[in-house]
Amino acid sequence: MKLALDAVLVATLLVLALFSLAARQARASAIGFMGFGLVLALVWVRLGAVDVALTEAAVGALTGLLLLGATSLATPAAQPSRPLRLALAGLCALVAGGLAFLVLEAPDPAPSLAAAAVEPLAALDLGNPVTAVLLAYRALDTLLETVVVVLALIGIWSLAPDADWRGAPMVPGADAPSPPLRLLARLLPPVGLVVAVHILWIGADAPGGKFQAATLIAAMGLLVLMAGLAPAPKLGNTRLRALVVGGPALFLALGLLGFLVPGSFLAWPEGLAKPVIVLIEVALTTSLAVLLALIVLGPGARRPRA
Amino acid sequence: MAASSPAGYLLVLALVVPVIGLLGMSVTALIGLRRVEFVAFPVLVAGLAVAGAIATTVAETGEALTYVVGGWAPPLGLALRADGVSAVMLAMAALVVALVALNARALFCADDATPDGRRAFAFWSLLMGLWSALNLVLVGEDLFNLFVALELLTFAAVPLVCLDGRAATLEAALRYLVFALIGSALYLLGTALLYGRYGTLDIGTLRELTQPDLATHAAVALMIGGLMAKAALFPLHIWLPPAHAGAPAPASAVLSALVVKAPFFLIVRLWFDVLPGPPSLPAAQVLAGLGAAAILICSVVALRQERLKLMIAYSTVAQIGYLFLMFRLTAEPGVPAWQTIGWTGGMLQLVSHAFAKAAMFLAAGMIAEALGHDRIAELAGAGRAAPVSVFAFGLAGLSLMGLPPSGGFVAKLLLLNAATLAGAWWIAAVISVGGLLAAAYVTRVLKRAMATPPAPLATRPVALSRELTALTLALVAVALGLVPLQPFELLAIGRP
Amino acid sequence: MSGPTLYGLAAALLVGLGLYGVLAQASPLRRVLAFNLMGAGVFLMFGVAARRGAAAGLPGDPVPQALVITGIVVAFAATALAVMLMRRLAQTRAEEAAAAASSAPAEHG
Repeated sequence: MKLALDAVLVATLLVLALFSLAARQARASAIGFMGFGLVLALVWVRLGAVDVALTEAAVGALTGLLLLGATSLATPAAQPSRPLRLALAGLCALVAGGLAFLVLEAPDPAPSLAAAAVEPLAALDLGNPVTAVLLAYRALDTLLETVVVVLALIGIWSLAPDADWRGAPMVPGADAPSPPLRLLARLLPPVGLVVAVHILWIGADAPGGKFQAATLIAAMGLLVLMAGLAPAPKLGNTRLRALVVGGPALFLALGLLGFLVPGSFLAWPEGLAKPVIVLIEVALTTSLAVLLALIVLGPGARRPRA
Repeated sequence: MAASSPAGYLLVLALVVPVIGLLGMSVTALIGLRRVEFVAFPVLVAGLAVAGAIATTVAETGEALTYVVGGWAPPLGLALRADGVSAVMLAMAALVVALVALNARALFCADDATPDGRRAFAFWSLLMGLWSALNLVLVGEDLFNLFVALELLTFAAVPLVCLDGRAATLEAALRYLVFALIGSALYLLGTALLYGRYGTLDIGTLRELTQPDLATHAAVALMIGGLMAKAALFPLHIWLPPAHAGAPAPASAVLSALVVKAPFFLIVRLWFDVLPGPPSLPAAQVLAGLGAAAILICSVVALRQERLKLMIAYSTVAQIGYLFLMFRLTAEPGVPAWQTIGWTGGMLQLVSHAFAKAAMFLAAGMIAEALGHDRIAELAGAGRAAPVSVFAFGLAGLSLMGLPPSGGFVAKLLLLNAATLAGAWWIAAVISVGGLLAAAYVTRVLKRAMATPPAPLATRPVALSRELTALTLALVAVALGLVPLQPFELLAIGRP
Repeated sequence: MSGPTLYGLAAALLVGLGLYGVLAQASPLRRVLAFNLMGAGVFLMFGVAARRGAAAGLPGDPVPQALVITGIVVAFAATALAVMLMRRLAQTRAEEAAAAASSAPAEHG
């Protein structure tokens, strides 16, 4: 019975993947991809990874939004020649076949760090092992990953025309928002914010955490901007910039403080691990929410004259 | 499990110092500064000091530096490690970044609040991100941590390509990004397979665990394939010339000298530290064969370029080819790779090319500024307009051609000897022909640059101090030819 | 066949499909979309490894799960950078074409 559910999920996933690759219209493609993301989130639940499922659902929606916004750019271009495509198809089939073989041949019992990851949880006073991996055992990964996001934003900002680079980005649809959107943008954000705070708060002990909460807040912010309820911020604004780098900076500063107490970079003082981790999560959520929203909005742009 | 060395914290500083700079640059107004470069220079000094301290510590103690981040020992946590090779490359990266920064200062000095502030803000921020990523590639010990480093490197490098905002450079940047992303995805796929097979991604732990089975070989092959696209190994190089030629000259210098070396360095790590048992000779032959093809084909293509920067970019692809010869030339039965002359030759080629190529791109940038263009056919008069730069270009050329005195000469001689010892005559032939072709494309430029222009030229003066940064880099490449035997020991420190 | 194996096979197919899309599609937007499909396949490979490594009362090994979370955010950043590059490229091409069109008659005249 459960296997049947898995089979249905896999079939839907693959059909949506094929559809989004093969659809004639770029728009249909992007919408297909958003559906793919939702089914994928269900797959993650089935794989026992609720944290990943939440992240996939939230970030997948933002990715879909990006792709949807870019559909007008899908210029027809020359496809590679038929023999080349066949050769590529052969190569990819080989890769897929090889991977499938390796999946079937995977070692049993599988190696795992689960036991090792659970053991220090009590000392850290955390209930969610994924949070422990992200903010204790492999905190360096997480720190650098927020730097990756900051760098991506700087890269995107660098694409602006010289005169507009510190100006506000263009918000699609903000000039003539539809009434339902305006209504939605008034009703949804308070609810979204409450949910986000909840996800963030329980993240230490249950599935949830900063990425999921930040994505939700970013989506709420984008909704408000797209409904024209608030103007997009100027990118040269010092307070905005401080929000962007504040989270990573605090994370890094606390990490460096670890050199003093308890004596190692990105180590948390005994007994204080949980408060420190919660503090970092709150700060990172704020910065990531701003970062993700700004990334979706893009570089500074001139307002088109009506 | 290895514990942290007393000076291991230096490895953390190597990663963190540029990140502090990067974060500070976004909020210059908050710290009362009006120009981003004012943040850059203290950071550069600190980063140089850290790299210098790591190199001297490793050289003096004769042991690798290690650091266990947060006290969480692998396989659960992450470790950082710098052996002799990493230490040399950290120092190399710091020196190149610092000298390029000195040259770039005049180009990217606008007030942050002005329209021109865009290029300054982007250049310095991205340079900091790039430097941190490079350092992490050199000291990372965890394959996923290294994936994050590769992504950091990509996101820093790609926007540097299109700083001028022209359609042509945006297109080059987009193509670069697509190749880099395919490379990352393949690398990550291999990482997933390795985790599924061994339950760890720590290189030090994997070294003990890996078995010569299909899963391991497939995983490493996927990772090396992805890294080859990022390192622009022939025939996956097509993204490199337009990207490296389109960037502003200081950015080109960093991209060509350092960024493409990072994926190569990771291939070396996978080949020698993750793959079980003696490396397979056929696989080494394939890598060396692609390297040889790069040397021959791209040198000829470089010879036919009309633009100076494009010529230098094709020369980069050719010179990267030499690095891949190493996999064949270190395969001596019964001898650890790092005790072969192929190892020293390959590493020396990496380092001397970094200095020579950075010098060349900076010199080309100065020449283009003086003349207002970089068309090779119309270079006459460059020798008078920017004499120091033309001289630096020629000195750097020695390394590419493999003529004494230069690091490139020693490197290519060692590789040549290794090829003859291994009986790989075809490699020896390729190295020799590659040197002749490099001589042809370098002298072609020099001959034009030294010629007298048919009519008096209107040239723009260029600052001598900036020309001297190119010359200094070229002189380092030359000086590497004078200390051939010392690095031999240093490059073997910390190898198992 | 067990659930994880089934998802592992789906991951293999997604990687193949995505890789083909990235290599053989002509439009940059489709390439980016295909890259995301391939990424989903790669992440699923980690997910399957995590599920197989379920132990100590957990539904899965938390280490690969955490790696996937990091990976998803990085892939989003990559997608955003690619989309913004495409957008800017389209704008710049239009501007350069307009500039060329307006300067061309002047040169001839």
